[in-house]
Amino acid sequence: MAEGETESPGPKKRGPYISSVTSRSVNLMIRGVVLFFIGVFLALVLNLLQIQRNVTLFPPDVIASIFSSAWWVPPCCGTASAVIGLLYPCIDRHLGEPHKFKREWSSVMRCVAVFVGINHASAKVDFDNNIQLSLTLAALSIGLWWTFDRSRSGFGLGVGIAFLATLVTQLLVYNGVYQYTSPDFLYVRSWLPCIFFAGGITMGNIGRQLAMKEELSWLHLDHRVEANPGLT
Amino acid sequence: MTKQYVGAPVAYIQQIFVKSSVSPWHKNLLAVDVFRSPLSRAFQLVEEVRNHVLRDSSGTRGLEEVCLQVTDLLPGLRKLRNLLPEHGCLLLSPGNFWQNDRERFHADPDIIGTIHQHEPKTLQTSATLKDLLFGVPGKYSGVSLYARKRMVSYTITLVFQRYHAKFLGSLRARLMLLHPSPNCSLRAESLVHVHFKEEIGIAELIPLVTTYIILFAYIYFSTRKIDMVKSKWGLALAAVVTVLSSLLMSVGLCTLFGLTPTLNGGEIFPYLVVVIGLENVLVLTKSVVSTPVDLEVKLRIAQGLSSESWSIMKNMATELGIILIGYFTLVPAIQEFCLFAVVGLVSDFFLQMLFFTTVLSIDIRRMELADLNKRLPSEACLPPAKPVGRPARFERQLAVRPSTPHTITLQPSSFRNLRLPKRLRVIYFLARTRLAQRLIMAGTVVWIGILVYTDPAGLRTYLAAQVTEQSPLGEGALTPMPVPSGVLPASHPDPAFSIFPPDAPKLPENQTLPGEPPEPGSPAEGAHDSPVPEVTWGPEDEELWRKLSFRHWPTLFSYYNITLAKRVAALGLAAGMVLVLLLLCLYRVLCPRNYGQPGGGPGRRRRGELPCDDYGYAPPETEIAPLVLRGHLMDIECLASDGMLLVSCCLAGHVCVWDAQTGDCLTRIPRPGQRRDSGVGSVFEAQESWERLSDSGKGGPEEPGDSPPLRHRPRGPPPPALFGDQPDLTCLIDTNFSAQPRLSEPTQPEPRHRAGCSRARDGPGYDFSRLVQRVYQDDGLVPGRPPALRPSSPGPGPPPLAPEDEGGCPPEKGSPCLAWVPSADGSIWSLELQGSLIVVGRSSGRLEVWDAIEGTLRCSSEEVTSGITALVFLDKRIVAARLNGSLDFFSLETRTALSPLQFRGTPGRSSSPASPVYSSSDTVACRLTHTVPCAHQKPITALKAAAGRLVTGSQDHTLRVFRLEDSCCLFTLQGHSGAITAVYIDQTMVLASGGQDGAICLWDVLTGSRVSHMFAHRGDVTSLTCTTSCVISSGLDDLISIWDRSTGIKLYSIQQDLGCGASLGVISDNLLVTGGQGCVSFWDLNYGDLLQTVYLGKNSEAQPTRQILVLDNAAIVCNFGSELSLVYVPSVLEKLD
Repeated sequence: MAEGETESPGPKKRGPYISSVTSRSVNLMIRGVVLFFIGVFLALVLNLLQIQRNVTLFPPDVIASIFSSAWWVPPCCGTASAVIGLLYPCIDRHLGEPHKFKREWSSVMRCVAVFVGINHASAKVDFDNNIQLSLTLAALSIGLWWTFDRSRSGFGLGVGIAFLATLVTQLLVYNGVYQYTSPDFLYVRSWLPCIFFAGGITMGNIGRQLAMKEELSWLHLDHRVEANPGLT
Repeated sequence: MTKQYVGAPVAYIQQIFVKSSVSPWHKNLLAVDVFRSPLSRAFQLVEEVRNHVLRDSSGTRGLEEVCLQVTDLLPGLRKLRNLLPEHGCLLLSPGNFWQNDRERFHADPDIIGTIHQHEPKTLQTSATLKDLLFGVPGKYSGVSLYARKRMVSYTITLVFQRYHAKFLGSLRARLMLLHPSPNCSLRAESLVHVHFKEEIGIAELIPLVTTYIILFAYIYFSTRKIDMVKSKWGLALAAVVTVLSSLLMSVGLCTLFGLTPTLNGGEIFPYLVVVIGLENVLVLTKSVVSTPVDLEVKLRIAQGLSSESWSIMKNMATELGIILIGYFTLVPAIQEFCLFAVVGLVSDFFLQMLFFTTVLSIDIRRMELADLNKRLPSEACLPPAKPVGRPARFERQLAVRPSTPHTITLQPSSFRNLRLPKRLRVIYFLARTRLAQRLIMAGTVVWIGILVYTDPAGLRTYLAAQVTEQSPLGEGALTPMPVPSGVLPASHPDPAFSIFPPDAPKLPENQTLPGEPPEPGSPAEGAHDSPVPEVTWGPEDEELWRKLSFRHWPTLFSYYNITLAKRVAALGLAAGMVLVLLLLCLYRVLCPRNYGQPGGGPGRRRRGELPCDDYGYAPPETEIAPLVLRGHLMDIECLASDGMLLVSCCLAGHVCVWDAQTGDCLTRIPRPGQRRDSGVGSVFEAQESWERLSDSGKGGPEEPGDSPPLRHRPRGPPPPALFGDQPDLTCLIDTNFSAQPRLSEPTQPEPRHRAGCSRARDGPGYDFSRLVQRVYQDDGLVPGRPPALRPSSPGPGPPPLAPEDEGGCPPEKGSPCLAWVPSADGSIWSLELQGSLIVVGRSSGRLEVWDAIEGTLRCSSEEVTSGITALVFLDKRIVAARLNGSLDFFSLETRTALSPLQFRGTPGRSSSPASPVYSSSDTVACRLTHTVPCAHQKPITALKAAAGRLVTGSQDHTLRVFRLEDSCCLFTLQGHSGAITAVYIDQTMVLASGGQDGAICLWDVLTGSRVSHMFAHRGDVTSLTCTTSCVISSGLDDLISIWDRSTGIKLYSIQQDLGCGASLGVISDNLLVTGGQGCVSFWDLNYGDLLQTVYLGKNSEAQPTRQILVLDNAAIVCNFGSELSLVYVPSVLEKLD
């Protein structure tokens, strides 16, 4: 993310508010924070979905179940998503192939919705066996990438993230730090990489969109900032 | 009673609870054998239950009559076929594992293995088979390999169709009798009404709310992009309504076909919306609003739709493909989702086309109106964009020739008689009668009527029948009833008689249990429970069933499909596919034009093939024998016509006047250069002319004998000085053919040949070009001639030269040779005809006016020596454009006979011939009224006049507009980057010009502004014409392109044969004729369909059609080398009178 500061084209010093917004590091920080909170939120919600899956009868304590998992899980997810979301535009810039495919907020929202849908499906749909589950999830994830990303770098990064995250999770599980409600490892294994892949793509999408917002704000400073004072 | 109680229960479930203990429990007992004995009791019990018959006053009643009859298992559950009952009572017991066969049970060495063989390896939330058959949750059954307890408990589950108290009572009594229980304290029974309702709970609400938030964000960000419309909110609402109603339609359609939704609608709804998406709607809006604002609304919509059609179709196909893949995951929930999505997508497509587009057009129209109100003052002075059109044109045509004795005009509607393709006729018929709309309306009315007037009772029963299968509707409270329960040794009946009206289709996530004190957290659903009696074995046994998976019963029912999802799914998918295919077909049928695809047109016709349109629809060639006019010696260069008469001029300088109706040659005006009367000399002059011809064929446009060379190959102005010292080409031959024995009609019946007036066909064929060539070959001067210039001649043998050439000008058919004044005139470069006067412009600058009928020279003017490159003859006004760029305006004045003709400037060159046959009563004088000395810097190449305006196009890249009456220059139009090669102007003041740069410009003559500019051709634009709606251009690239006149968008293009590029003519607003290699083709202008092809001359020595002239009676004159062909379009030929 330090690389992001090396290259900073565009005009500067356009007034106190704009300069504060458009200053590179502050912008990076804002993006990171936004991504972090998105990640935390999604982690909580999806965790809830997963918990729900294993609930057979009435969950005794709903609110408690939200935070039933270890406290450090959502912050980890948030941090990871912030890293991913900042990494994607950065890699785009370094590869020199800016991402041009469907760069709109509506598309990003669609992507997020599909991601949640994938989670939802994995949590609530009954599959006959693991092969089916993993194949379906893999197909859905690839479909997500193809529909919303279609960049080689995105695919590669997604696969890398999925691999790393699965590895880390398995290590954690083996070390007993973290445990799934279901002891079935096979289930967890087949379920994890696809979700991680889709999550990586989604967070990358969000990060790219945020970065594009920033680039745009560099380009048309006044209009953009006046139109959307929030910018985040 | 709360509302949950409405609805008939799907089934009544009675469980007979069996508990057994292994009393001598040895550690070394094999776990397998421990369970053998308790389980074997199940078979006995099942038999007892099955055989139980209630005998009472109403007769005997067996289990078969009261139980819930089930039919087939679902196709996907074939492997469970042996385990779950089919076609009979739904009675479950552990015995089902062995098909209720005691022998099989005893023979089974591994009972537990059998029981567990269908257990999924993974975590399962839904009830497993073991749970179902045992009727108790797995861990309570005690049947497992590592059982610590000595208890084995299971139930026999009976599912009744309806509650039958007496039967149950008797069954219970019998069971109690058979298995007396030592500690049976009987309890009051109750019905427990279990209502499976949709999910509740914050845990489930949070993800749901999240998805909805995401959905709204998506909708917000999507609709925010709608721009440049009158009402953003309205359009956003319309977009959302489109998606929502397509989803509603999807649900409705699925329900109609019997598919009951089992998924939680509220849960999958956001995903459905996201999958269907608003993208198409937005793309459509964007593309429509980005079309030119000054167009009509329907044109804008059409353009927007057509430009996005491919991407929309592609998107839809992609989404359908993805969904299809999802369907083949064979996961029931995903399949159902996909089914909904497919139907939703298809209906969304329809709604986009039929609903959203309508809203969009209304919106655009509103905006247009608002804009119009704003800018009304400024726009009021401008003429409407749409040309006035047809009436003006026809008036003009009538007005031009008021003197023609009989005017034959086309009836516009008569073009309907042209053979349209059948599909178009069907479409036209449908569109005219609005048949489809009316049918749909009638159908809707009938349907609503049926709905309204059907017997309510019948409707209700119908609904009720549906309800019992599908949904919780309907019935009031269930009264608590005493329930008998079987009492078994070492077992206790489950006193709670449970009634489950599960809304199975909804796949409930949760089971809510009514008012149970031990479960205070559960919301009271209002089930009744009479006080639960004390049980010896403890209340947990009675409540054991409550610990069943909440999906226990739905799973059981879903095995026997109460929902028809799978069967219907394939049907729905197939229906979607069929719809898409239907749409594609409709698209192909209704939109034959290739909109806006430049270069899509070429290649549609390849040389040597039959011409056909895009769809391989090649109309058969017709039997029309064209009327062939023969009489010219060399290639015909100039053609002019006024509908009745036809004037042609060949390279040799002969002018022939033909009757356009019959094809008779009326007059023949020979070349005026016969100073040298020697025939041989003339032949050799002809030889020279050939020589020059061949030169010109090889590359020089400086061919004096050529008609205005600049018209087609405007590479540079021919040096005018060249013509001065050239030996004049005298008329080749003017043979005295009357002396020759004229043969009768040629042997071949077609084409009918009309010989030239003074020239009989000599034997099988006599051709002067042949003669000339023969001379050439004899002399060995020029071996090669361009073959395209050689007229076809089947004539054998060299005809004698001299004697036939001697004849000079034979006075025959009243054409006076004396009328012809020999002069040192150049070749004819331009020709115009009006009424009975022919105006001839020569390369020597001489302007001559001839009488077409008489063949006499009426007057001439030759004060300027610069060659006349173009002529306009309009209403007694002649405008001559000259090679040096000047314009001369003449006016024709008729005077009484014998008055001396005066010309301004030169001493009046009296051309009144001393011919005795000169019968016209008045003489014609040609007076030069104005001269614009330097209209253009370079030679004028194009000249057109209409609506009181004269337009000149020149090689100096400019156009000029003059007023016709006072020759005042109004505008100089600049915009081309090459020499102007073609100009068109019509009565509606629309001016089109084409240049050497391949561009076409449309101008407004009133304001002198350029309306549009299109790059049309690779190479020069060779000819240009317009109808009221389109511009037709042809270029050196042998393409004919048709452009929309108001928008400048290319509609389509027609590939022409080589060398026929410039040959086109417009017969009417929707009929185009083009020339090909030995044929002419008729096209429907509006659709680009080839209507007919007429082959001219069967003997396939086809020559390219180089010019096409459309006469008023729809005869088409084509220029085939040295001969003309008159083609009548048969069905078009209608006289108005």
